[in-house]
Amino acid sequence: MIEFLIKRLISLIISLLGITIISFSIIHLAPGGPLSPLTEFNPKITPEYRERLVKMYGLDKPLYIQYWNWLKGIIKLDFGRSFSLDRRPVWDKIKERLPVTLLINFLSLILILLIGVPLGIYSALKAGSLGDRLTTIFIFIGYAMPSFWFALILMMIFGVKLHWLPISGLHSIVGYEEMSFLQKVWDWTKHLICPLCVATFGGIAGISRYVRNSMYEVLHADFILFAKAKGLPENVIIYKHALRNALLPLITILGLSLPSLIGGSVIFETIFGIPGVGQLMWQAVMARDYPVIMGTLFLVSLLTLLGNFLADIGYALADPRIRLGKKH
Amino acid sequence: MELFKELLKHKIGVVSLSLILFLIFIAVFAHIIAPYDPFEIRVNEILVPPCLKHPLGTDLLGRDVLSRMIYASRISLEVSIVAIGISTLIGVFLGSIAGYFGGLIDNIICRFIDIMLCFPTIFLILAVIAYLEPSILTIMIVIGLTSWMGVARLVRAEILSLKERDFILAAKVYGASTFRIIFKHLLPNALGPVLVSVSLGMGQAILIESALSFLGIGVQPPVPSWGNMLIEGKDTLEIAWWLSVFPGLAILLTVLAFTLLGETLQEIINPKKIKQN
Repeated sequence: MIEFLIKRLISLIISLLGITIISFSIIHLAPGGPLSPLTEFNPKITPEYRERLVKMYGLDKPLYIQYWNWLKGIIKLDFGRSFSLDRRPVWDKIKERLPVTLLINFLSLILILLIGVPLGIYSALKAGSLGDRLTTIFIFIGYAMPSFWFALILMMIFGVKLHWLPISGLHSIVGYEEMSFLQKVWDWTKHLICPLCVATFGGIAGISRYVRNSMYEVLHADFILFAKAKGLPENVIIYKHALRNALLPLITILGLSLPSLIGGSVIFETIFGIPGVGQLMWQAVMARDYPVIMGTLFLVSLLTLLGNFLADIGYALADPRIRLGKKH
Repeated sequence: MELFKELLKHKIGVVSLSLILFLIFIAVFAHIIAPYDPFEIRVNEILVPPCLKHPLGTDLLGRDVLSRMIYASRISLEVSIVAIGISTLIGVFLGSIAGYFGGLIDNIICRFIDIMLCFPTIFLILAVIAYLEPSILTIMIVIGLTSWMGVARLVRAEILSLKERDFILAAKVYGASTFRIIFKHLLPNALGPVLVSVSLGMGQAILIESALSFLGIGVQPPVPSWGNMLIEGKDTLEIAWWLSVFPGLAILLTVLAFTLLGETLQEIINPKKIKQN
């Protein structure tokens, strides 16, 4: 187990360095990078703006020194200052928005598990039934659904036509201060229903498909046949033996699905006007606010990397073959 | 060819393939099929609901929505074909090198793939686009450069399982060059899985393109794309439902067709192995 941990830790550090190198190359190697002649024709980048870029990144120094300086800054969470009018440090801007994005992604992950796993199990147990077929249709629609369109449709039905739910922001603006605690919670809930639907739809499809296939395979494995032959009751077979084996790899799958989950934040935060990291990224791209763009990109990739790392550890803890030190 | 014959036996495969062929037909002959000029502004026909004259209504500038959607199918297909072309080339190239040579090269390439997969795609694409001018060419390249990892992994695995087989050994003994072994003997055998991932990838590329266009950094108006048509749909949600419903439906159906075609091909090539992601 310790050997495993050390290996994973080393791999984490290498990946982290890789992420910084790729992010750094994007700044400097993109053909339209801040100093390329292409940007001279870009009216959004004035000479003064270019000078600021040069100074900020030390673009007149050799590449490896620039990289080293950038890396040193990142370790101290210093991503420079925003190019926008307020000139605030990038980390401050990200910091105040991170909790909202994390909260929504965390809630989505829970919802995806709570809905996707039972759906997949049901589908596998009742393979071929009407319910299973409906689930399969749902799964493929979930795969193909453009999330921003799904958001528009929800806004149209529940916001515009039925007036049941608000379609923008995290909470009401008028009268929010006077609400009691419970009213505030209810207010947040109402605002979060649509964004959460959008954030979870694709994920539920993915997870239930995975659980269905995995469960189906396990149910037809030899050791289940053996358990049946031994005369174990159906419930024990399904919930004790089959489920454990089918759900174990789910930990890894969840880790791997983090990038697309976090990536979705850009879309639903932009559409629903939620002040999170995704919306910040979009605004920064629209305003060509490079320090914010690079800071956000680095931070979300770091979060994904950590998520994967935790999933790896979780998997190792759950799987006795790794926990007890045997190589898999 | 055999694959095609097999495909015709699957109902879902036939339906999705027909839908894709229909779409390609529309895209190629857009200028003949479209009832109106997609760019023509008609001030006296603003926001006309679907009717006989305009089956899918008109937009804020009085342009015919159906005609715009027909032209948009051309853009969407162009973008996704070029993007997936790029990503498939990169993926096949890196995957076959990694699988064939193994060792350090394999290690480096695999590590590179893992690192690329850590970036949430949309964030990575946004960051790159921020340094470029948004244009159709830009998004083609950017989508291509950020979506090759799946193909690379797949090809690597195929090559790994094939390279120890007798016919490859025979080719080696015969003195065939490495290049020839990879391209003439190994890759053709990996064609099936690559086709599957091309089909699935086309769907994903259309999703990404339309999302980018919707966010205002993909295909730029007045050039119509299903994604940027929905921007107007969002602004007129309360008065013109047809502007948001139809372009989105087109995206959903197209992506669904490519996904189902890919799944059917997967089933034909490898009936037992169920794709797990």
